[in-house]
Amino acid sequence: MLLDDYNPLSGRMLTILDQDANLNEILMPQLDSAVVEKAFRTMVLSRVADDKAVILQRQGRMGTYPPNKGQEAASLGPAMTMGDRDWFVWGFRELAGLLWRGLPLEQYYLGWMGNEYGNHYDPDLRITPTSIPVASQYTYAVGLAYASRYQKENTVIFAFTGDGGTSEGDFHESLNAAGVFNLPIVFIVQNNQWAISLPRSEQTASDTIAQKAIAYGIRGIQVDGNDILAMYAASEEAAEVARNGGGPTLIEAYTYRLGNHTTSDDARRYRVEEEAKEWEARDPLNRMLKYVRSREILSEKKIESVWEWAKTLVEEAAHKAETTPPPSLDDVFRHTYESMTSNLKEQFDDMKKREESQ
Amino acid sequence: MMMNMVTALNSALAIEMENDDSIAILGEDVGAVGGVFRVTEGLQERFGTDRVIDTPLSESLIAGMATGMAMAGMRPIAEMQFMGFSYPALNIIISHIARMRNRSRGSYTVPLVIRMPYGAGIKALEHHSESTESIYAQIPGLKVVIPSSPREAKGLLISSIRDPDPVIFLEPARNYRLFSEEVEEDAFTISLGESKMVQEGDDITIVGWGAMMPIIQEATHSVEEIGISCEVIDLRTISPMDSEAVIKSVIKTGRVIIVQEAPMTCGVASELIARISNKAFLSLEAPPERVTAPDITVPLPKGEKYYYINMEKIRDSIEKVISF
Ligand SMILES: Cc1ncc(C[n+]2csc(CCOP(=O)(O)OP(=O)(O)O)c2C)c(N)n1
Ligand SMILES: [Mg+2]
Repeated sequence: MLLDDYNPLSGRMLTILDQDANLNEILMPQLDSAVVEKAFRTMVLSRVADDKAVILQRQGRMGTYPPNKGQEAASLGPAMTMGDRDWFVWGFRELAGLLWRGLPLEQYYLGWMGNEYGNHYDPDLRITPTSIPVASQYTYAVGLAYASRYQKENTVIFAFTGDGGTSEGDFHESLNAAGVFNLPIVFIVQNNQWAISLPRSEQTASDTIAQKAIAYGIRGIQVDGNDILAMYAASEEAAEVARNGGGPTLIEAYTYRLGNHTTSDDARRYRVEEEAKEWEARDPLNRMLKYVRSREILSEKKIESVWEWAKTLVEEAAHKAETTPPPSLDDVFRHTYESMTSNLKEQFDDMKKREESQ
Repeated sequence: MMMNMVTALNSALAIEMENDDSIAILGEDVGAVGGVFRVTEGLQERFGTDRVIDTPLSESLIAGMATGMAMAGMRPIAEMQFMGFSYPALNIIISHIARMRNRSRGSYTVPLVIRMPYGAGIKALEHHSESTESIYAQIPGLKVVIPSSPREAKGLLISSIRDPDPVIFLEPARNYRLFSEEVEEDAFTISLGESKMVQEGDDITIVGWGAMMPIIQEATHSVEEIGISCEVIDLRTISPMDSEAVIKSVIKTGRVIIVQEAPMTCGVASELIARISNKAFLSLEAPPERVTAPDITVPLPKGEKYYYINMEKIRDSIEKVISF
């Protein structure tokens, strides 16, 4: 089992497709070429959509936005192993995984443009809303997992945070409780080496983030987070363990944030550009592209068409999001409680009257 | 059946759990020992460890776990051992519980109850005497309920459990075993957001909630002897706040005192007086008064007399407002 062979004490990181696209055939997960193609498309779509979001922000058409560039495999791999009724508990940098899960891109854009309808997901998607308070989502992931078991749903909860998130109390409280209750959760930490300006080395004195699992009595594994096959294989195993009553796993996805923390940040102020250059050679999308080529999963012509396909989808989604009407007065009041309290109703009526008289 | 507040709460929990198996209780020491005040006594034995969950010592986790359970369709009832230890959970309560419905425009809701004992007067250690209800009352999306008697506690708790929105349920620790009264054995509800007219009167309106109610009644009985007729209102829910009933009463009496256990500044009394001033300005015959704790940290028991409201403070205030 990978989770045994690559346990945090082994000092090894799981890689299946290395940065030069050399493949470890023994560990390679069994994937149909249709699935590989879809994963490749999703990664391209994520990259194109992400770049577009940054451009839209510069043009004043998008709010503050956290780029995902370079981290696509880390959320996509786990998403690919999820069952229909499993839960996707995200933070704010998991675009590729969300797209695989079926989140409409225009809705994703709408959220970052500053409209709560961006979070108005179809409940059947089983995606929880964006969680901005770092690592706080881990606490409700525990509750979702508890309910899953109580309701005999046999679902697994996939919960994401970042390397910075591991310093929060909620990270500790959640892994501890998930261990105590032996809950079906796969905790994925996207260790992208930075938490805004704080490097990973100053976030924790632990050698790896995966090793924190040991203290909680749960499984842990460090995975090359830019390797879609390794992320898939580790998540698949962790999910299966969880589904069979084996409890939670902590997956450290060792990756890199190629872009700024958000569009309001300038990474040149705190990190050397050579570092990002080095990591560009390990780009998960390039790596996947090499794999798709070497396995002849898609023809060159087809590969080119994937970018065109993605651009078209992205333009459409951006247009849809931009032409969505802004929230009404009713929208911003109506969802505070199931029905407005008398005091709220009074304030609403007052504003409504003003609005109508203007 | 005669019940004190602890047995009344216990009865509410048992009835609701019997009727709805999506309800689960979680918190510190709520299982085998039945909570430090024994409110959940016997429930784990009766409903199992799956539904009465002893959690690790982790308040943020308790609140967050309850959030996830509620999002998945359960009806969790979380217990904070004391209000003074609820602050590690404030982030989850404010950042997720209160706003999940709005954030998702209704895709996800968090129908849960967080029970916590609050208040001074129990000769406790530091942090065991807090009444910081106004922190919770200012958060849109939360309801804040504070019962004052065993019967109120049972009816309000059942309503809170059945409510579609998150409810912070504050139990006056001082009143837990202060007195017993006749309480229906079966389920019954008391609407959230509706105050209770405790006593009708003509000269002055006295408003309070929770642990202050018995003290208010002592004071009003004592001024009756000197011919002052008090109208007494138990707010019962501080969010939403039934200011309409209070305003109606003030329009009748022209005088009002709000009694609040918590420190003065930015409290529930401040909000209530703002609403009274706005809606009953021309009916006022004296400035509205507040009887509150001073703006100091709750003293340890030896110094509690400087903090805690007694009936004399209320009586003096009544005489002052009447003779204005
Ligand atoms: C509780 C909390 N504190 C501070 C912030 C501000 N903040 C936003 S993202 C971030 C860094 C997060 O780092 P990490 O967890 O590594 O995720 P990454 O941004 O690298 O994806 C900080 C400090 C926040 N959102 N929440
Ligand atoms: Mg990071």
